[in-house]
Amino acid sequence: MNDLTQAMYAATRLIFSADALLVSIIALSLKVSFTAVLTAAIIGFPTGAFLAITRFPGRQMLIALLNALMGLPPVVVGLLIYLLLSRAGPLGEFGLLFTPTAMVIAQAVLITPIIAALSRQVIEDAWREYEEQLRSLGAGTLAAARTLLWDTRFALITVVLAGFGRAAAEVGAVMIVGGNIDGVTRVMTTAIALETSKGDLPLALGLGMVLVAIIIGVNLLAHGVKLTAQRFHG
Amino acid sequence: MLPLTLDHVEFSVNGRDIIRPITCEIQAGTRTMILGPNGAGKSVLMRLCHGLLQPTRGRVVWHKAVAAQRARDQAMVFQRPVMLRRSAIANVMYALKLAGMAPVECRLRAEDVLEAVGLASVAERPARVLSGGEQQRLALARAWALGPEVLFLDEPTANLDPNATRDIEQIIGAIHASGTKIIMSTHSLGQARRLGDEILFLSEGRLAERASVDLFFRQPQSPEAVSYLRGELP
Repeated sequence: MNDLTQAMYAATRLIFSADALLVSIIALSLKVSFTAVLTAAIIGFPTGAFLAITRFPGRQMLIALLNALMGLPPVVVGLLIYLLLSRAGPLGEFGLLFTPTAMVIAQAVLITPIIAALSRQVIEDAWREYEEQLRSLGAGTLAAARTLLWDTRFALITVVLAGFGRAAAEVGAVMIVGGNIDGVTRVMTTAIALETSKGDLPLALGLGMVLVAIIIGVNLLAHGVKLTAQRFHG
Repeated sequence: MLPLTLDHVEFSVNGRDIIRPITCEIQAGTRTMILGPNGAGKSVLMRLCHGLLQPTRGRVVWHKAVAAQRARDQAMVFQRPVMLRRSAIANVMYALKLAGMAPVECRLRAEDVLEAVGLASVAERPARVLSGGEQQRLALARAWALGPEVLFLDEPTANLDPNATRDIEQIIGAIHASGTKIIMSTHSLGQARRLGDEILFLSEGRLAERASVDLFFRQPQSPEAVSYLRGELP
């Protein structure tokens, strides 16, 4: 208990003194996770929309598979990306291993299925309501997909948040492909793991508090935006 | 594109016959009312005509085959209006843009029809916060803007109060006066009498009777129509 109080005290001081090390770690974390979410959304939304409104043999299988991929273990994803990016791997020539780019790739791979699967559900529900009207107006698959993505935009905010939460919180994948190199690829989760094992509990706890605060803050903000917009648009 | 010919059109789902063979020809000009009790197949018949459903057997043939222009040549208004999550005027412009109209023209045309249905003052309001009656008027405006040769209406006033119903009936009259063929389903005898020129009476998926409104109400020929007219409240 004493450890915890002391650590809390030191952590609070670190946060309020805007410790340079702490700030750089937080900044990198946010940069990596936001980029990963953006990438995953660019791929996941159209995939979800396409799966929601088209009918083809094997579609149900694909949806089940996509849902299963939501539970991909981060360390396994990390390992696969590691093998792809390592010197001897098929993408080794780009020299991406142990760079922030590799971490973005790993997180994007992790959360693209989440965004695709959840947006598929949201868009399919909307499609049930819109289908006849849109077909009556002569909308093709592409036009319908675009319309539905726009019309479900408030619900899709929540989908993005689910992805962001997963990306910002995972440690296994970024640890493997990033290598937790000080000042280069160290992010909040890997730093927490490292500092804890080294015994620097204040820094670990400070980072932990910031991480939780960021995730709560982003969610509150997005939720507020969503509620206001929904009240206005109906 | 009229007349519209139904050639032994049948429709069944999982072995259950919704529409039993119907053969008839629907001419231009008149207002055709599809009348019948709930579950008679009125909505399904309209969807078959509009092309939202494909007949299990038989053919739906337009005089002039214009599949590519379908969106502009015929339109449909549904029992529950489907409003896109954007402003009232943007809902109308959406339909016009899908039909291939230039953006500048879209706005002018949309303003005109909103004026015609009495929604000019709420043009910029989000469509989904309009009242049920306003939403249905907007749905009519959206269909009317396309200048369709044929307009299908699937029980457009089923969910509305008498005042809103009167507004809708007036607008339907104006659309007909502007040269659009009206094909409308209803289970209201009063409405069929007020708006119709001819009646197609459906019973259990069969075209039980076809007559002018005057003759149908004065001297129904089929036993199904006789019992429907007797049982229906005024």
